[in-house]
Formats: sequence, C-alpha cells, structure tokens
Amino acid sequence: MSTVTDLLPAARGGTGTKTGGRRFGAFRLFGGQSNSGGESAAKRVQFASPFLPYLFLAPQLAIIFIFFYWPSVQAIQSSFYLEDPFGFGSTFVGMTNYTDVLKSGEYLGIARFTAVFTALVTFFALSIGLLLAVKADGVIRGNAAYKTLLIWVYAIAPPVAGLIGMMFFDQHIGPIVELARWFGWDIKVGLNYFDTAFSMVVVSVWKQIPYNFIFFLSGLQGIPVSVREAAAIDCRSGFRRFWTVILPLLAPTAFFLLIINVTYALFDTFGVIDVMVKDKAANNPITLVYKVYMDGFRGNDLGGSSAQSVILMLIVFVLTIFQFRFIERRVHYN
Amino acid sequence: MAATTIAEVSKIYHGNVEAVKSVSIDIEDGEFIVLVGPSGCGKSTLLRMVAGLETISKGTVTIGSRVINEVDPAERDIAMVFQNYALYPHMTVYENLAYGLKNRKTPKAEIDARVAEAARMLEIEPYLQRKPRALSGGQRQRVAMGRAIVRKPAAFLFDEPLSNLDAKLRVSMRGEIKRLQKRLGTTSLYVTHDQLEAMTLADRLVVLNGGRIEQIGRPLDVYHRPASTFVASFIGSPAMNLVKGEIEGGNLQIGLYRIELGGRAPVKGPVTVGLRAEDLKLAGVGEDAMLFQVDYVEELGAQRLVHGTIEGQALTIALSPETPLSGDLAVTIAVDRLHFFSTETGKRLERGTSFGNDAPVEALRLETAS
Repeated sequence: MSTVTDLLPAARGGTGTKTGGRRFGAFRLFGGQSNSGGESAAKRVQFASPFLPYLFLAPQLAIIFIFFYWPSVQAIQSSFYLEDPFGFGSTFVGMTNYTDVLKSGEYLGIARFTAVFTALVTFFALSIGLLLAVKADGVIRGNAAYKTLLIWVYAIAPPVAGLIGMMFFDQHIGPIVELARWFGWDIKVGLNYFDTAFSMVVVSVWKQIPYNFIFFLSGLQGIPVSVREAAAIDCRSGFRRFWTVILPLLAPTAFFLLIINVTYALFDTFGVIDVMVKDKAANNPITLVYKVYMDGFRGNDLGGSSAQSVILMLIVFVLTIFQFRFIERRVHYN
Repeated sequence: MAATTIAEVSKIYHGNVEAVKSVSIDIEDGEFIVLVGPSGCGKSTLLRMVAGLETISKGTVTIGSRVINEVDPAERDIAMVFQNYALYPHMTVYENLAYGLKNRKTPKAEIDARVAEAARMLEIEPYLQRKPRALSGGQRQRVAMGRAIVRKPAAFLFDEPLSNLDAKLRVSMRGEIKRLQKRLGTTSLYVTHDQLEAMTLADRLVVLNGGRIEQIGRPLDVYHRPASTFVASFIGSPAMNLVKGEIEGGNLQIGLYRIELGGRAPVKGPVTVGLRAEDLKLAGVGEDAMLFQVDYVEELGAQRLVHGTIEGQALTIALSPETPLSGDLAVTIAVDRLHFFSTETGKRLERGTSFGNDAPVEALRLETAS
C-alpha cells in the first residue's frame, strides 16, 4: 500500500495542516490514526542543525531526481533529435517529431480512443467501487469477511491480475465469452476492435475497483454516525439522504480517487493492454502510453516516442491543474 | 405538541443483554422530562428508541395517539439534538436548519419564515450563511437547537446536548434551553448524566440505574425523599451521607451513639441511614452531640465542605464559611431529617406520617469502652 500513504500527504497539502479533521479514512483503516493527528502534526519540529532536515529528505529527493527529473529532461532533449535506429548518432530536427506526431491520423485516433477509454474506466471503476462500498458499509455482521473478499483483488500483482482478467475473455475457457455467446455475441479479443476495447475496459475496471472500494469504504466510515442519524430524522428517503448528505461528505475522497483513477487509466493500464495485444497491436485499440512504447522500443523511433511522451506529460499536467482548479473548489473539506 | 407514553419498553441486544428493562413513563403534553443516571444505565438507549434510531424490543411508545414503534424516524414528528451537534458540515447554517423542512416539501416562503424566526430566537442570525466549522461550540449548539425548533415537532429529544461545552457556557445554555422550552411548550425528553443539569431543567426527573427506573418525581421531591440509596447518592451535591446504623427499641444506634426516634421507627434491626450534608449542624453548648473527626476541608466560597468521620464512618458536612473550625467538631441533626433505607434492597423505609416536627436530637454520649 505504499502508493496510498505516499499519495495521501500530497493530496492533503492543498488545504494545509489547519484542516486536521479532513477525512481520508484510509489512515483509520490501516493504521488507526485519528482525526486529531493533524493538530499534532502542525507543531513545528526544531532541528539542531539546519542541514539535518535536508539530509533526511535526501534519499527521497535523490529517487525523484534519478527516476523522474533526469529521464524527463532526457525525453525532452531527445524529442528534438532524430535517433539512428542502430545507435550510431542523432541529428537535431527541431520540432519535426512533434509536427509528425500531431499530423498523423493514426496518432489522433489513438488519442481519441485513450480519451474514451479513460473516461469509461474512471467512471465505472469509481461508481462500482462506490456502490460496493455503500453496500458493504450497510452490513454490520460479517463485514470483515466482505471487506477482505472485496479488497482481495488489489493484493494480486498487476500482471497476474491482468492475466486472470484475460482469462475471463479467453476464446476457449473465458466465462464472459461463454456468457456473451448465450446472447449471441461472439467475442473475439485481439481480432475485433470493439471486442478488444470492451475487454480492455472491463479488465481495467475490474482491477481498479478494490482500490476505490477501500477508499470509499473508509471514507464512509469516517462520516460521523450522529450526522447520519440526524439525517435519518430529517429525511425519510435513503436515496435522497445519500445524495444530499453522504455523497457531499465523501467528496474529498471521491476527488482524490478521481485524480488517481484518471492517472491509472492513462498509464497503469499498460500491463492490461500489453497482455491483450501482445506487442502486436495491428488493428487493435491501444492507448497513448502503449503507442509510446511501441514506437520507441518496437519501432526504434526514440525521437518520435520521446515527443509523444512529452505531449502525454503536458496532457496530464493540464488535466491535474484543471481538476484542482475547477473540481476541488466544489469539494467540501470538513 | 403531544403527550408521550412509554409503556413497558425494553431493549434486548444480541446475546440477551438487557439494556433497558421494562420502563414506563407517562409524559404530559408540554412537560420537560429529564432522564438521569450514570453511564450505561440505559438512558440514551431509551431516548434513541423513542427517536427510532434503535428498535424497540418490547413494549410500546406512543406520541399523541399514534403508536410509533414501527414508524420511520423521519415520520415520528420528533426532533433530536445530539451531543456532538451532528450538524451537516457541508451545509451553511441556513441549509442545516432548512434541510428537514425541505425534505418535507414545506413551501420556500414558510421555510424562510421559520428559519428566520428560529434564528432570531437563538440569536444566530449573523451566522446563517456560515458553515458549521466557522462557528464556536456554543454557536453550533444553538444551530443544533435551531434545527430542532424549525421543525415544530411533537417532541424534542435531547441527548446530553451540553456535555461538549465548557462549564460556563453549559450553565448559560441550560438556562436558555429551559426558557425556550417553556416558551414553545413542546414536550421534551432530555438525557444527561449530570444531576445538577437534571435538577435545574426538569419538570420531572427519571432516575435510571442498570436499565431500571429507580424513581420518577419532581426534582425537589426526589431530592428530599429519595426512593433508594442509589438515588440518595446520585442526586444532590455533595452526595447524601449514608452510614450504617441499627434500630433497637425505638432508638437508632450509630456506633456508640443512640438517637431516640420518638417511637416511630420504621423497622427493627440494621438500616442504612441517610443524612444530607446541609442537615448536619454544629451543636450548641450543652446540646447532645456526636463527635465528628475532621479529615480535610473543601472551600467552595459560598459554603465549605468538611469531610471526616463519625464513629469511623465517612461523612461530609456543609457549613457556612463563617463557622470557625478548630480540630474536631460536635455535630447534631434533626431527627425528621433522617432518611432510612433497607440494608438489603437499598429501598427507602417510611417512618409513618405522625412523626413529630423538629424533634430535638437525642444523641447521647455513651461510655466508651476503652
């Protein structure tokens, strides 16, 4: 769960330590840190030497530098060069790599598919995760068993999960293929564009549901019982209560998950796609990240591939700013 | 507004834990009833059963003429004030007050009018557009009250609403709740563990212990005629002194002291004797008295509480601060101020009605056996 704990403080940073009461209940689920933890964290810690804090930060900074900034700078640099496929040198070509990419109809088609894919995966992973969390939250007896069963999938390594997901769509033994056949739909993953896209979305959603479920569930459990009870006295309809009280109080969790899920759909689904198209995309749908990989490592076009990854970086950058600017404003932090 | 009846209500949890044991209370229209008792006595469970937040295992609850056992909490025509206010943190004060009305399809104009009226009554008008987090504890408490008031329910339910406030605010809010309730005339059921709050607010108190009612009565009746040693020690501060004694031939024997009861002893044999701290007086010169060995003194300003022992049994005496204190004291008590309780059941023992008024203390110093 290192990603969870790494990401949370970053997501919390936006409103500062004042809002100690803000709930990302995941802490409670895993560590039992209470809400008041925020207040003690607000105390200033004094170091004897002014260099000591930097020393403590050094390992993390070194990792970020080596694995993020350095490759990023290299990618930007090589996006302006035409690389010899056999590594005998490179020629400066200016913006040519970018213009080539953006003029390519194939690239734009993949971009369109990526947008649709991301929207679908994010929407279904979030809504199904939320639905399961709401239902599991309502269960009092045996809820530990439900929780474990639902979180389970998340504990499986991504490629393995991808493989298991693939097996659902296997031509011979896949249960979903069998089911579809009942309705007269002959699913052919890897042959039919739509069928492949469909199975990619399903497997990607399936893998992400447990993650969303954990966060939504802990978010739900962070809502004070008395507020729910007050709502029960104020409002008869459980559905209406959910929309007017529960969901707004879940908004911080939902917003955090939205960012995480968009990033997931854009990048982390690489493994799923790789398992499905097996290096030879041909006419099958792929996302932008997979295209970067195909062009760079299969096609040996390092310059064009670098240009694509820079474009991708910009897209994510713009998307994140947009989310924080326009959506977080509507989010209420308690 | 409506009369409310709680008839033989029990709460049984899984595993046969009986939290509330066949409790019956008749609440008149407009009455302010306080449920008081130590934690775990079932008072909150009882309130929550009336609210519909807990199911009723046995018995019936009636509000007005309607049995509400199976009625949804939102349809019971009650409003509840929670201990931690339970305000909706994402709504403004106005929205918090209006939420319940909106869900009941009240016309907008009427919502505005009711919210404005409640806000004026509670002096929270300047904060209507604020979110709860921007309010102080006292202001949040008022908003919570306002949310109950705007609904104009048949009954208010209060679940320890003042226990999250600081001592000073608690006293002023206490007064306000009382005033507001009198003004609105709404039947109220109020839960607290604070006996002082119970005494000051209640028209009638219900003292609960271990899921059972120990006593129902007006605050002063409960104070002056506690039905059991539990009530005696729970209601009143300092708690009533309880000492072991024995009744023999019309006299009460406490250690080596014998007090004549004037022939109207409630029983024979061992009894628990209750003495209020303020009923013990310093004996005048020549009066029969008991020797009170002083342990330590608590100065409260208006009075001082002297802790010590009579014949090895711990007691507390409330004296005026002017009383000079020097070493041990000679104390006396009016016989009609004595309370008697059964040593086995703890129940109050009555002495009959014809007991003489202000009979002087007949405490005799017996020869010590040293």
